[in-house]
Amino acid sequence: MPKVKPHRSSPTLDMTPMVDLAFLLVTFFMLTTKFAPEEPVQVDMPKSHANFRLPDTDILLLTVSKDGKVFFGMDGKFTKQTLLTNMGNAHNIKFTPDQINRFAVLPSFGLPLSQLQSYLDMEADARKAIIQPGIPADSLNNELADWIIYSRLANPKLRIAIKGDLDTKFPVINKVIETLKSQDVNHFNLITNLIAEPGVNEPDNK
Amino acid sequence: MSEVQQQGGGDKKGGKVRSKKQSTRIDMTPMVDLAFLLLTFFMLTTTFAKPKTMEIAVPEKPKDNAPKPPEVNEKRVMNLILGDKDKVYWWMGITKPEVNTTTYSKDGIRKVVLEKERDVAAIMRGLGKDPDKFPMVILIKPVDSSRYKNFVDIMDEMKITKAPIYALVPITADDKALIKDK
Repeated sequence: MPKVKPHRSSPTLDMTPMVDLAFLLVTFFMLTTKFAPEEPVQVDMPKSHANFRLPDTDILLLTVSKDGKVFFGMDGKFTKQTLLTNMGNAHNIKFTPDQINRFAVLPSFGLPLSQLQSYLDMEADARKAIIQPGIPADSLNNELADWIIYSRLANPKLRIAIKGDLDTKFPVINKVIETLKSQDVNHFNLITNLIAEPGVNEPDNK
Repeated sequence: MSEVQQQGGGDKKGGKVRSKKQSTRIDMTPMVDLAFLLLTFFMLTTTFAKPKTMEIAVPEKPKDNAPKPPEVNEKRVMNLILGDKDKVYWWMGITKPEVNTTTYSKDGIRKVVLEKERDVAAIMRGLGKDPDKFPMVILIKPVDSSRYKNFVDIMDEMKITKAPIYALVPITADDKALIKDK
């Protein structure tokens, strides 16, 4: 008896739709991804039921680290250029155009104004190695207040947000709040992570 | 794998002689591999959860010529001390304060605030005053060793319980003495 050969169907299948979809997703993720800006310190945020979404632009971010250092971060390249120029004029420090350009792309920093020039002159790799002492915010030498004044002058729409670490001691936070109050900034935001609890969360502001 | 099929280009000389058809199939496997690699990368690095924020409004700094703040019946004042090691101390009024300890949990401070709010409303009604106009006043006093988390937690509870009047007040020596042996 002759052997009956079963009809073999070709094992290749058309993967075109799958690949199309893959590319579509790649494009989508590539376009929607926004890389988190480099932070000088790791901050572990507290949780709350607040459900208000922070806008993407016009934010002045004051990061307060665990050991009580204050860091300053702002968005907007051009506003930052104005900010540094004005800040330099107020403190009789002349920043070079190169330093100003570097400052404009600096994500967040925590240095007294006197150290800022040498910091800006450094290469990006060398900057990472520096342990930043934080912006002076005590009553004797409150540079933080000046930074806030001049950044609000540079961008009047600025919204101020405080990002503190869980374990930051309250007096440090209070110092920042008092500084804001002394500038008549009576509305600000505390950045937190969300705890979802039905019936308790405020409605999203989306 | 996915492949593109194309007809070979025609002969330019226009004769009937057909040129040899060359296969235009390209192996797209590496490209697709790369596409999936990128897809995985972007999918894993994307964060959809944006940080949320809590709006805080603090009172203006009093001007020099500002009128004195009105006096408040001590019966509707609640003192909240944000203590060391995530403890909350609370008492009502100033005369003969009874210091109680609670936690930041749902059954801790939230319950206390809601309960006391009702009590104060009852007292105010007893005095013939509108409890909506004379609500409970909460004074929040963090000690120096309290954490930022405690502050956020208490602000959150204030929002949740919809406490009408609360204020951040510096702690006094008397308050410290009260919580000392607790």
